[in-house]
Amino acid sequence: MRAASHPPDRFRALLADYDVPPNVADELLDADGAMRPVWVPFIEQLAALSPEEVGAHFARGDQYLRDAGVFYRRYSSEPQQERDWPLSHVPVILQERDWAGICAGLAQRAELLEAVMADLYGPARLVREGHLPAELIAQNPEWHRALVGVRPASGHFLHFLAFEIGRSPDGSWLVLGDRAQAPSGAGFALENRMATARVFPDPFPRANVRRLAGFFRAFREAMDRMPGAQGRRTAILTPGPGTDTYFEHAYIARYLGLVLLEGEDLIIRNGAVQVRTVSGPQPVGVLWRRLDAAFADPLELNETSQIGTPGLVDAVRQSSVNVVNALGSGLLETRALMAFLPKIAEVLLGAPLALPNIATWWCGQPSERAYVKAHAEGMFVSEALSRALPFDIGQASALGGALRGPQDQPFEAWIDANARDLVGQEAVTLSTTPAWVDGRLLPRPMTVRVFAARTPKGWTFLPGGYARIGRTDDATALSMQQGGSVADVWVMRDGPAAEETLFEPGSFRREDSGTLPSRAADNLLWLGRYVERSEGAIRLLRAYHLRLAETGNVGDPRLSRIADHLAELSLDVSAPVYTALEPSLSATRQCAGRVRDRFSVDGWAALSDLISSVAEVSGSLRPGDDCARALGILLRKITGFNGLVHENMHRTSPWRFLTFGRAIERADGAAAVLVSFAGEDITPGLLDIALEYADSRITHQRRYRIDPTRDTVSDLIALDAYNPRAIRFQVTSMRRIAEDLPFARVEGRVSAVLRPLLRLETDLAIANPADVTADRLRALRSELRDVSGGLSSTYLV
Amino acid sequence: MRYDITLSISHDYGVPSAHARTLVRLLPANLAGRQNVLSRLLTVEPRPDERRDGEDFFGNVMTTLAFHRPIDRVELTLKARVERLAAPPRLDLSSDLPGLAAEVAGYRGLEAGGPVHYLGASPRVAPDAGISDFARAQIGPGMTVLQVVEAVGHALHDVLEFDAEATDVHTPPSEAFAQRHGVCQDFSHIMIAGLRALGIPAGYVSGFLRTLPPPGQPRLEGADAMHAWVSAWCGVEEGWIEFDPTNACAVRRDHVAVAYGRDYGDVAPVKGVLRTEGPQTSSQVVDVRPLA
Repeated sequence: MRAASHPPDRFRALLADYDVPPNVADELLDADGAMRPVWVPFIEQLAALSPEEVGAHFARGDQYLRDAGVFYRRYSSEPQQERDWPLSHVPVILQERDWAGICAGLAQRAELLEAVMADLYGPARLVREGHLPAELIAQNPEWHRALVGVRPASGHFLHFLAFEIGRSPDGSWLVLGDRAQAPSGAGFALENRMATARVFPDPFPRANVRRLAGFFRAFREAMDRMPGAQGRRTAILTPGPGTDTYFEHAYIARYLGLVLLEGEDLIIRNGAVQVRTVSGPQPVGVLWRRLDAAFADPLELNETSQIGTPGLVDAVRQSSVNVVNALGSGLLETRALMAFLPKIAEVLLGAPLALPNIATWWCGQPSERAYVKAHAEGMFVSEALSRALPFDIGQASALGGALRGPQDQPFEAWIDANARDLVGQEAVTLSTTPAWVDGRLLPRPMTVRVFAARTPKGWTFLPGGYARIGRTDDATALSMQQGGSVADVWVMRDGPAAEETLFEPGSFRREDSGTLPSRAADNLLWLGRYVERSEGAIRLLRAYHLRLAETGNVGDPRLSRIADHLAELSLDVSAPVYTALEPSLSATRQCAGRVRDRFSVDGWAALSDLISSVAEVSGSLRPGDDCARALGILLRKITGFNGLVHENMHRTSPWRFLTFGRAIERADGAAAVLVSFAGEDITPGLLDIALEYADSRITHQRRYRIDPTRDTVSDLIALDAYNPRAIRFQVTSMRRIAEDLPFARVEGRVSAVLRPLLRLETDLAIANPADVTADRLRALRSELRDVSGGLSSTYLV
Repeated sequence: MRYDITLSISHDYGVPSAHARTLVRLLPANLAGRQNVLSRLLTVEPRPDERRDGEDFFGNVMTTLAFHRPIDRVELTLKARVERLAAPPRLDLSSDLPGLAAEVAGYRGLEAGGPVHYLGASPRVAPDAGISDFARAQIGPGMTVLQVVEAVGHALHDVLEFDAEATDVHTPPSEAFAQRHGVCQDFSHIMIAGLRALGIPAGYVSGFLRTLPPPGQPRLEGADAMHAWVSAWCGVEEGWIEFDPTNACAVRRDHVAVAYGRDYGDVAPVKGVLRTEGPQTSSQVVDVRPLA
């Protein structure tokens, strides 16, 4: 064990338990136990705080992350499934000189990977000359034959890379893995920085920490300068909300002002990539791809993919779109490649690797296999074609000569039987860095993910990164697999670091608003509908339970009328509240999850709150009063969500589709309620239910000063121009939105949405209450379906 | 032997699709010394908005069709005249299995004609213990690779029953082998899996079979639709040979090749993606007529 030697008194308490394991490099302490100067200002600051104050500081960072909507791992549309982001609040601090050495080595490595990629999708000289075994490429699922011979439009295959690095016991850095397919983590690095800045708000020592925004700005500009990018969209192509890193895709899209697309949003026409938007197809010049290549095109890549774009490979072949990184770049992540890269560097670059990678031996070669067997105790043996990082351990693997999982053969026989499919990798020891564990600083192993972007001036690096911190003090890389925490990385200058911003100071760009992708529009429309549908259901359910509380009689004709009406909406009044509301709420949740990048954090939080409170209130409710009261709470929460949306959302296409969805559902719901509760049948109390549904009892009392009659109720809920619950009011608001949508009038002809709305609006304006018969209402509902169909065919296909 | 080939394939879609994109691999191949295409023409009804011919990794002609309007039916018609040449009989120059393994391991190159693409798993042919054991049981002492290929092909033909109802285009070879029933696609996939298990590089060939046999000979199975067989690499000297496990015969003058790949997925005659839901039906009519 190595402890801090002669720490100043003021640090003593903080470092009392900081014992570095033997033969391990440590970020905080040098080999003699002296604190590295780069850490001193930070440790000073930390030491000046009491443990309670430290806790309060850390809580601020955590609160920031929760407010920003950063959660761990499992992104889903199910807000409850998200876990707190595991921020290790103590940053990893690196000296700028040390950092410059890392970047120089990685810039060389980036060039090497580019050259390997160009060769393996081109002349394959590396294979022909025997520098790489043919089978490692030919049997590699990430070597896509459809892309062989295809040169990228920009002339480069790789534009954005990440490298997982660690520090060896001798203090030198080592590359553990290359990320070239669709590197993730840069957005999380940014969020870690924001959170850490709230934890340590004092200007010093942060003043000397290099800023991150410039890197993103440089990459955004580099994408804008790609061939054919001018005048076309630059988009992030995501696999969708089902992915762990979807939050990051949405986050970066928002941060950089890029449009977030899924494969389904794109169509390929005459070799050009277009995005389907509510303003018609629009050209796309750059796709920053975050989905694995195999899934990008079901026609020429993995044919089972449901999330790809048919014809994308063809568009790439015709050089009509820049894909970042080129399809097929996942090949470079192959573990076995590490065994050959040191030699390949000499062949392709004429120089040895400046920064070594983890020592790797492919067991398909006899002498390498013998070496792996002879040195099994310090070796991790695993699948040769795996793309996982060394500390992501899969099923078929062996550590220190011991096979994992149930195996029916000895280690050596296993290697011999599967030699060509296996690689041995040195079980490296990582450096440790301080982590705050139960009120004290302890050394924990770490790796750092470094991000690189190609710019016209060469590779540029995010001056910082995404550090993973191990959970125990076991410093072998393998301890990282148990999932520890993540930390910000500070690259410290000797003097203050320059401020950086995402945009050129004084400049601003304004995105045009007409490019809402059709799929997003569709989801917003249905989100509006489902929220409204849920609200309608809650109102009727509450009316039911209020009357049940009043009479205690389930056989009451008013109760059975409500039950029948809700049954038509597939809603069972006798089921517990949560079960009854589940279908429409889960549909709401799904739609919202798919357009999360268009929501404010507050809007998302309001929706999460609504859904979780349904689950909470639902448990022990008794039918009647209890339920009615709980449903009242839910109504107020829905109103809260609607309020946020309508107070805060820009009146551009997203708002239009969301509001249109709500309006059409509200008009339709009102018509259905009038048919059920204001029909020919004059069972007492039914009209009251209609008024209650439309939240119009008080207005009715004030306006008509008589008990409700069919005519007054029809007048108020169907024909009123000023009652926001009335059909006519909603038809007018739909008509206004339709006027503002693209293609509302083309060459004097009104759109397929506007036409039925104009007719309907006029009908309602001139109708008398007596005209509002059940038949007319049914016809009106069918006209609303025409409106919906017109909207779909004009904007959503 | 010269053939006139006509093929018509139609697809009907229950719900008209707004955008459709299709990859077609139907045009017979020109194969030096083995097969000459005298004429070939693919017509498409209705007329596609985009149409382009290209070549895929394996050298097959790939026709891209795109429709940017709703269509509810597509009909593809192929008319081709092809001359099929019988290779002269030759000596078996193939090595034994250990010799083949050394040749494969030492092979340097990624071109489609090399053996390295046709070992291990491919998207539609995963290794299967049952098939591997069956293939291994066919190896006799002193056999050359070519003899092993033929032995496996004949043995499979003996145990498998041709049955157009038992499987569909997505049935994995393990399943077809387990039930010992299938069509030419299943026979070929099973044989490919078996050969690969023995370290013999094996690929999939799609093509046509003459509809009516020469006088006095039995009609071949699989002549009613497009056919499939197996191509196997028997070493540097012997190169690729082709065997039809459905009919337990070497591929000679009765077969007309269209496309080569690792498995059906690489050569599927019509691969389409439609932005639509609902039922789809398709039909296929083939006629392969020898010219007098």
